[in-house]
Amino acid sequence: MKLSLKLYASFGEYLPAGAERHVVTLEVPESTSPLNILEQYGVPIAQVHLVLINGIFVPPGKRHLPLSDGDELAVWPAVAGG
Amino acid sequence: MGWHKRVLRVNLTDGSCNAEALNMEWAAAYLGQRGLATKYLLEEIDPKVDPLSPENKLIFATGPLTGTMASTGGRYSVVTKGALTGAIACSNSGGYFGAELKFAGWDMIIFEGKAASPVYLLLRDDSAELLPADDLWGKSVWETDEILHRRHQDPQLRVSAIGKSGEEGVLFACIVNDLHRAAGRSGVGTVMGSKNLKAIAVRGTQGVKVKDPARFMRVVAEKKQILAENAVTSQGLPTYGTQVLMNVINEVGALPTKNAINVQFDGAGKISGEAMHEVRASDGKSNLVANKACFGCTIACGRISKMDKTHYTVVNRPEYWGASGGLEYEAAWALGAATGVDDLEALTFANFVCNEQAFDPITFGSTLGAAMELYEMGLISAADTGGTALNFGSAEALTKMAELVGKGEGFGKVLGLGSKRLCEKYGHPELSMSVKGQEFPAYDPRGIQGMGLTYATSNRGACHLRSYTVASEILGIPEKTDPLATEGKAGLVKAFQDATAAVDSTGLCLFTTFAWSLDDFQPQVDAACDGEWSLERLSEVGERIWNMERQFNLAAGFTGKDDTLPKRLRKDAAKTGPAKGRVNDLKKMLPEYYQLRGWDDIGVPTQETLARLGL
Repeated sequence: MKLSLKLYASFGEYLPAGAERHVVTLEVPESTSPLNILEQYGVPIAQVHLVLINGIFVPPGKRHLPLSDGDELAVWPAVAGG
Repeated sequence: MGWHKRVLRVNLTDGSCNAEALNMEWAAAYLGQRGLATKYLLEEIDPKVDPLSPENKLIFATGPLTGTMASTGGRYSVVTKGALTGAIACSNSGGYFGAELKFAGWDMIIFEGKAASPVYLLLRDDSAELLPADDLWGKSVWETDEILHRRHQDPQLRVSAIGKSGEEGVLFACIVNDLHRAAGRSGVGTVMGSKNLKAIAVRGTQGVKVKDPARFMRVVAEKKQILAENAVTSQGLPTYGTQVLMNVINEVGALPTKNAINVQFDGAGKISGEAMHEVRASDGKSNLVANKACFGCTIACGRISKMDKTHYTVVNRPEYWGASGGLEYEAAWALGAATGVDDLEALTFANFVCNEQAFDPITFGSTLGAAMELYEMGLISAADTGGTALNFGSAEALTKMAELVGKGEGFGKVLGLGSKRLCEKYGHPELSMSVKGQEFPAYDPRGIQGMGLTYATSNRGACHLRSYTVASEILGIPEKTDPLATEGKAGLVKAFQDATAAVDSTGLCLFTTFAWSLDDFQPQVDAACDGEWSLERLSEVGERIWNMERQFNLAAGFTGKDDTLPKRLRKDAAKTGPAKGRVNDLKKMLPEYYQLRGWDDIGVPTQETLARLGL
């Protein structure tokens, strides 16, 4: 299945070659989870704070659940502003 | 201790400057800065007064921890009746001016009356003089700062000033200190301009005393360590600033775009905090050159940028080539997403002009967005604007209008009314994205429900800094709540409002609350200030301040009917993103909020509530 991976802030350095700005389109096996992808690209899991699938927050306990075809996965370390 | 227990009262009408004792009964009940200055204002003016009349007063107030070694202890607030809103105005600024004012030996300055001709206040410790400013009138903040430093031959002088916008009556003029830190909202600079007060230049050498120095030093060190170990305050904010939110808020579908017609902006990535780090193709340099801290701050979230010298806005204009205050999230949103402009350099230029001539980028960008919608509806023509096409997405329109507003010239005069008056003028008041006359900032309440209640009930008009529920609803600080749910938001908003009012009265920065709770402020206040400051007392001070501000607004003529949102947010559903199909459900939250506040069903504090809070 195809999905979009978006890595922001300091996680931008973990994006593979071919990424445009902060986004890359990936072809991944069915049942791939957010954690699988983050581990694959070496994103330090302990620093992962905000995980969104299609803009909706995924709590830490559900980040091992499978993604769906066409999902947009966006991930940040701890950030804030105002 | 903490306080100097001295107020400087400056009567601009007769030119007198007199010291008086700080009312310590009020300090015990309202702490300082926001709370204490609001108490003075409420006691000294009729809330129905015309904000631009000599009867309005303008108060520059520090907190008891301003100028101390506590982290972020550089804050001061400007409190007055707002020119833009007619409501209580309290605009908070960082930089170095606030600490310098405290070092000069003053807790606050109260300006009253109106000078017959332009003046500035020169304050050096106990010496306070009103001096002619005829030669400064018409100058920008940057020019004024340079002239005063040269004239008084003191590099450590700190200057807070208005630009030309404030002189010309732009209703959202602000007051800028240290070149690019601003008391930004509600038109506090317009009030200053109406008094013919151009600037305050201050130099202090007296320091600040605290009640228990040894305990204070120990506690402050402990709290600094928390900031140093927190990922947000030690890494996120210094590296990306508030601008890191651009992509976050766009992803969650809560980025008000093109006058809030949409909730997501295709150009968000191009104007984001990450984009400010990217190397430009034109000159091989990045927009961002450094981060910067205000006085005593161990976070350093401020942005310092340099423009691309080949950008059309600054070709042959070297005054804009230096390093200066860069885009923060709110400004980038207002100048960018609200207008549909995705040219980072154009936004940076407009932001420089906002600092240079001292006007609020949030209200400016939102007002320009409303004007662009009216233009595209055919209700504003190029003849009205002096020939500039105000289409959404036009960088040229943005930068041209920023310069006109800065000088209060041409169509800049009309934009200078703010969106409420502008949209009324063109027959479509519903297109103003404002509450109580003030434009809401960078969070769309259709995608973040709690922010709808925040905007509707904010005492200074729509604002994110009165209860930043985004921290909980989006960022998970202190704990994650569902941004699309309304349940529990009344209590969340009240808790944020009360805690924020207390924090804003200490002299410290609200951004510490990404790592600290009120429990972390309490021991610092208690070690610095006379009396016993428990957590309960500090919490009650916050609630007392909120209710006092409400009393000011009720006396000024506002009612519960003003606790509302623009029709677009209540009726036009979000078109994309997680909130697709949703409006803001304010009606589901407001009654519970009134109940939790101890207000009646039309939003008036009950006698029991007032008595409980000692009001």
